Amino acid sequence: MFANWPLLSILIWLPILGAIPVLLAGDRRPDTARLLALVVAALTFFISLGILSGFDQSSAAMQLQENHVWIETLNVRYHLGVDGISVALVLLTTFTSVLVIILGWGSVDEKVSQYMAAMLVLEGLMVGVFCAMDALLFYVFFEGMLIPMFILIGVWGGARRVYATLKFFIYTFFGSIFMLVGLIYLYFKTGSFELATLAQVALSGKEQAWLFFAFLIAFAVKVPMWPVHTWLPDAHVEAPTGGSVVLAAIMLKIGGYGFIRFSLPITPDASTEYAWVVIAMSLIAVVYVGYVALVQEDMKKLIAYSSIAHMGFVTLGVFISLALARGGNATGAAVGIQGAMVQMISHGFISGAMFASVGVLYDRMHTRMIRDYGGVVNTMPRFATFFVLFAMANCGLPGTSGFVGEFWVILAAFQSNALVGALAAFTLIIGAAYTLWLVKRVIFGEVANDNVAALTDMNARETFVLATLAVAVLLFGLWPAPLGNLMDAPIAELVKHIVISKGA
Amino acid sequence: MITPKLILLVIALAPLFGAIVAGLFGRQVGRAGAHTVTIAGVLVSFLLSAYVLYQLSTGGWGVFNENLYTWFEVGPLSAHVGFLVDRLTAVMMVVVTSVSLLVHIYTIGYMHEDPGYQRFFSYISLFTFSMLMLVMSNNFMQLFFGWEAVGLVSYLLIGFWFKRPTAIFANMKAFLVNRVGDFGFLLGIAAVLYCFGSLDYATVFRNADATLVGKTLTIISGHPWEAATVIGVLLFIGAMGKSAQVPLHVWLPDSMEGPTPISALIHAATMVTAGIFMVARMSPLYELSETALSFVMVVGATTALFTGLIGIVQNDVKRVVAYSTLSQLGYMTVALGVSAYSAAIFHLMTHAFFKALLFLGAGSVIIAMHHEQDMRYMGGLKKYMPITFITGWIGTLALTGFPGFSGFFSKDAIIEAVHESHRWGSGYAYFCVLIGVFVTALYSFRLIYLTYHGKERFVVEHKNHAHGAQHDAHHDDAHDDHGHHEPGHLEHAPHESPWVVTLPLILLAIPSVIIGWLTIGPMLFGDFFAGAIVVKGEGGPLAELAKHWHGPWGMVLHGLMAPPFWLALAGFGVATYVYLFNQAIADRAAKLFAPLYRLLQNKYGIDDLYFAVFARGGLKLGRGLWRGGDVAVIDDGLVNGSAALVARIAAGVRKVQSGYLYHYAFAMILGLIVLLGGLWLAAR
Repeated sequence: MFANWPLLSILIWLPILGAIPVLLAGDRRPDTARLLALVVAALTFFISLGILSGFDQSSAAMQLQENHVWIETLNVRYHLGVDGISVALVLLTTFTSVLVIILGWGSVDEKVSQYMAAMLVLEGLMVGVFCAMDALLFYVFFEGMLIPMFILIGVWGGARRVYATLKFFIYTFFGSIFMLVGLIYLYFKTGSFELATLAQVALSGKEQAWLFFAFLIAFAVKVPMWPVHTWLPDAHVEAPTGGSVVLAAIMLKIGGYGFIRFSLPITPDASTEYAWVVIAMSLIAVVYVGYVALVQEDMKKLIAYSSIAHMGFVTLGVFISLALARGGNATGAAVGIQGAMVQMISHGFISGAMFASVGVLYDRMHTRMIRDYGGVVNTMPRFATFFVLFAMANCGLPGTSGFVGEFWVILAAFQSNALVGALAAFTLIIGAAYTLWLVKRVIFGEVANDNVAALTDMNARETFVLATLAVAVLLFGLWPAPLGNLMDAPIAELVKHIVISKGA
Repeated sequence: MITPKLILLVIALAPLFGAIVAGLFGRQVGRAGAHTVTIAGVLVSFLLSAYVLYQLSTGGWGVFNENLYTWFEVGPLSAHVGFLVDRLTAVMMVVVTSVSLLVHIYTIGYMHEDPGYQRFFSYISLFTFSMLMLVMSNNFMQLFFGWEAVGLVSYLLIGFWFKRPTAIFANMKAFLVNRVGDFGFLLGIAAVLYCFGSLDYATVFRNADATLVGKTLTIISGHPWEAATVIGVLLFIGAMGKSAQVPLHVWLPDSMEGPTPISALIHAATMVTAGIFMVARMSPLYELSETALSFVMVVGATTALFTGLIGIVQNDVKRVVAYSTLSQLGYMTVALGVSAYSAAIFHLMTHAFFKALLFLGAGSVIIAMHHEQDMRYMGGLKKYMPITFITGWIGTLALTGFPGFSGFFSKDAIIEAVHESHRWGSGYAYFCVLIGVFVTALYSFRLIYLTYHGKERFVVEHKNHAHGAQHDAHHDDAHDDHGHHEPGHLEHAPHESPWVVTLPLILLAIPSVIIGWLTIGPMLFGDFFAGAIVVKGEGGPLAELAKHWHGPWGMVLHGLMAPPFWLALAGFGVATYVYLFNQAIADRAAKLFAPLYRLLQNKYGIDDLYFAVFARGGLKLGRGLWRGGDVAVIDDGLVNGSAALVARIAAGVRKVQSGYLYHYAFAMILGLIVLLGGLWLAAR
């Protein structure tokens, strides 16, 4: 039934336009705003599932394309389309957005309608990023996304929200300017912003190098990679729970997605040549940031640093694939990129769940400091069960989705270089150390103080959100094959593409 | 249609079903419901496992190797969940399910007043499921799955009493030390995939010779290493974590913080033997590297002797048994190292029964003593608890290798095999396992005498309140408040434990006596494990021993004249004299050899060293990187620094804003030249 609908446009514009009635509901009728927002988000999610019905998994081609002229003089097109990689991320976005709306139901009390509207606009823009087939369109969504997030942190954030939100904005804006310059250069070269065209255009080694680093700066900030990562902990600490969940679960993925859509296809030779830079930065993220996470005293900061370490596996998986592919090991290369993609989806669930869990605690205790907690299991046994589950997923325990991506990336990394594999595998130790120590101090032990003693366990709404995420974490841990099959064809195609040199 | 596949699925899933019911619906099914459903699940598993073993032993079934579902596929590479069941697997399945079943029953008595009753049953059933998935796996991915899953359950169970600071420290320590092993293990799996392009056991083993012989891996450029050695050592690092071999043994003694039933099931009989099983399973790979096997042997020998020595100075009844477990795991590892894989599995099996017996017996004593675990406040318990006492003696005789008991056959076979081996390091290993026999007898009989014999070193205070309940009525909500009264003071006299506790003791005592006698022939010297375990060349030391094998009787008679027996007797003699007749000697010896005594008390200082270097050092490093790297250099230096720089430049630029139009025009032209020049240079 969906076959003839402009599905992707609906997924982008339904939440954005849906934000208008939510806004109109006004702050004096918060429940109306909440309900409307939930209806819009849920509807978007169900429609997004419709993508799968007519989707051909065996094809690497962009499907459900919509192609219209947007700015005729510049040959900019409103061109949308999805392959398996995009579909996975679009579904992650629409799925997470529903949960975030539910999560914000009780924890946001001020300016409810504006909060909900900002969330919906953000959702639409993020879907747009994953569907855009025109580089300028991508750029517009990519930058547009900053505005609602800027507002979310700036209005509903914590005490130092102004510093955090400015840092967040300037950092990401600074990065994306380089991408824009690169895209304009490519436009002058080809007369087009079509990603498919850009992927085919011949570029000299020097051109590729400039473009590669322009893209690297933009996407490294977004991921974020060491050493441009320091905005993330600050942003997370100040962001409201919902903002943190979206930031960790979806927005960071756009960086990884950018590497796969821009850096690899457009500059394959430069990517191969300078892969060691990214690999080194990724390994630093795993080891160095792991140690930094260990000593954090603020739960949100700890999880933020843990996010950076986990995203290190994404960039690692993507960039080890180049040397493997060019060395004739196409399977190894595909394993690396698959691992990176699965890690992105899985990290969406796990980091989202971790931040949501901290939100549950924060709503009750109004503190994020680890030292204020202890023995939470005694008063919140149901919450503790979920928290331990998500902590284990964060440690990459087999049976949870957290294992799948790390497993493949480590195996692929070992094929490219055993020492890289060993450094990546260090996460088994350091990841478990910072996560389990957090669990020990917050969840286990005697009731630490009167505030913990007065805690009440999760209500039905909170339980629903965490239980849904728990099901996702376990399902994709025990049976990740559907996810792999969804992305297999485009990844195989990408591996074929990056082997071919573009040198002119 | 009852197919082998269906039977195996039921074996694996029945405990999982029990775990889910008891775990998620514990409140609805109640205590009796929880233990009924989990015990039923494990009972089904056990009966079917026994059936499978019977079918495989009699040739009714062939080797079963089938995938259940595809876990993940990338191009030509795929990872599955599936079962490989041959005789080696079947033996493990029977050992796991039988001990698990008895521990389930025992738990009814041991945990009957614990508020976490249902949770406990859920965990031990989940453990049984995980362990079965580990041993039944037909590929490396699922092996790692099971490997980590049993680690998770171990973590949850060590920290079962989550209010105790020592318990939640011990479970984190156990998990992290195991993760160090898993680090090597995962890299070993990566190396297997790299060399073979497959994670499937059958494919890997079939191609082992063709792929690995002569193959080298270059990890550090210019230093090619034998691929078989790299794989063997890396995988064994995993085994060192899970099977608690030196220097990754530190977690096992601390794991005694968990309730005693799991010490018996997980930290003695089954989970810790996963590493032994893994190496035996990988024998086609290990046989290709003498270096890796020597490494295995030396590590095992060191563990066997040096952890046993610590057992002599322990006062906590459970810790003695824990160090004994470490030492026995060392024996199994040594057997692996001399290519006597069957002997390792054989000792694994006999040890599972007698060590579970000893642990559960210790638990029975602990119940009687109101959760007092210090042997210095025990003594003379034999008259209060005859069944625990007698079965304790049986277990001890089996452990110390008294001729005829199960442990005698398995341990003597290992010692003889080491004696036959000519592999590098076997001289050292032989020395360690021989002296180890003396040490084993010493600490084992010390434990027996200090708990069951001699004078009572506790006082029974007859309080006025009557006890309706069996024991421990003063425990209001959990076990967390143990030892809140003075050590050595009991509120009422110790007494024998209820039948749910003693029945498992009796049922474990039977195989502890007879299982060795019955099975040594086929398992060690027959072709029982043919196809599952591969030994290169002439068949290794066991084939050498088989030439002089004249049945169990002959081995017993020969054993009476062999050095291990006399060493055990010496240990027994020393323990008897010191701990039964003249205990002052023990204290005098402790003073006389004070440095040695302190060394053993401090566990060679290894725990302290690790804590200082890895825990404190890690935190220090983390703080340094955070404050020095992230905050000082990146944030204050680069980010906020450049913000400040921009502000300074802006202040400077303000002066440039002269207001004269030609100044601006000049600046614009200059900027354009620079920009175009840059573009031109880039595009050239």
